[in-house]
Amino acid sequence: MADADSAPRKSPHLYSIIIPTYNECLNIALICYLLFKHLKDYNFEIIIVDDASPDGTQDTVKKLQTIYGEDKILLRPRAAKLGLGTAYVHGLKYVSGDFVIILDADLSHHPKYLPNFIRKQLETDADIVTGTRYVNGGGVHGWDLRRKLTSRGANVLAHTLLWPRVSDLTGSFRLYKKKVLEEVVQTCVSKGYVFQMEIIVRATRMGCRIEEVPITFVDRVYGISKLGGTEIVQYLKGLFWLFLTT
Amino acid sequence: MKQVWKIGSIFTAVVVAWISLLLAKDLPPSVQLIVPYIPMFAIMSLGCYGLGALGYGMMVFRVCPEEEILLQKDIAEAKAFFKERGVDMSAD
Repeated sequence: MADADSAPRKSPHLYSIIIPTYNECLNIALICYLLFKHLKDYNFEIIIVDDASPDGTQDTVKKLQTIYGEDKILLRPRAAKLGLGTAYVHGLKYVSGDFVIILDADLSHHPKYLPNFIRKQLETDADIVTGTRYVNGGGVHGWDLRRKLTSRGANVLAHTLLWPRVSDLTGSFRLYKKKVLEEVVQTCVSKGYVFQMEIIVRATRMGCRIEEVPITFVDRVYGISKLGGTEIVQYLKGLFWLFLTT
Repeated sequence: MKQVWKIGSIFTAVVVAWISLLLAKDLPPSVQLIVPYIPMFAIMSLGCYGLGALGYGMMVFRVCPEEEILLQKDIAEAKAFFKERGVDMSAD
């Protein structure tokens, strides 16, 4: 990708993309390909935090490094499955950019939206730009009625209780100023869906400027997506806990 | 101010206003008749708001099957790219 270095840049910043993975051997390759395709006009690095996947995710990443270069794709594995929140903290240690982008490795977040995130940030100087499925231009694919109802119900509940200034609380496709993410992630303790909500709610309370861009969410193509009774109970607990502590 | 205190104080203010209405003596009889039922109306309105917001949310919730097709194209493109570079992407 030597010619990419001489291409004109649309932003003076370096964007560090943190991707936590667990058994995403195929998806991680696809996502890297799409990142390089859609971000060719920007300076970026990909930091992959792999939690000791048994499926050979790390081998795939090493192969990707030989194609794209070890300075572009950084593999920063951890010894065991330690959870999402700490994966961001771990990844943050190796960030050399001034902005951090976080997306899921399962292709439900398409890198083609990232130029919109970056443009929005440059226009507004926002601390956080978050992707939303719930506004004009956004949407989902692959959800049944139950999943849609749950998602919507969860959203109404969260808005009624927490009054956040963003429409989509549980999405995790976001761009952060590095120091904002560092600061806010320290105060977060939740896991899973609640973690995403906690970051954005705590950032709102800290007075961060948050902007939104529409994204479409295509449910996992490879692998299984999870939303069961346990997740719903966890979400409700987390919501109540945020209600009490923020 | 913590969210629980914010909502708690709004709730308290409303309850205080309601109790003062209950205790007021110089209200017209028609108003006096309604006052005891206000909490019920309030709960019903909250429920309606919830259902309405949910219904509206479901109505404007866009599904985008075309995105899936685009994604499949991207995946095919990526696989072809990696095949060319000699990276094994056969697993699916």
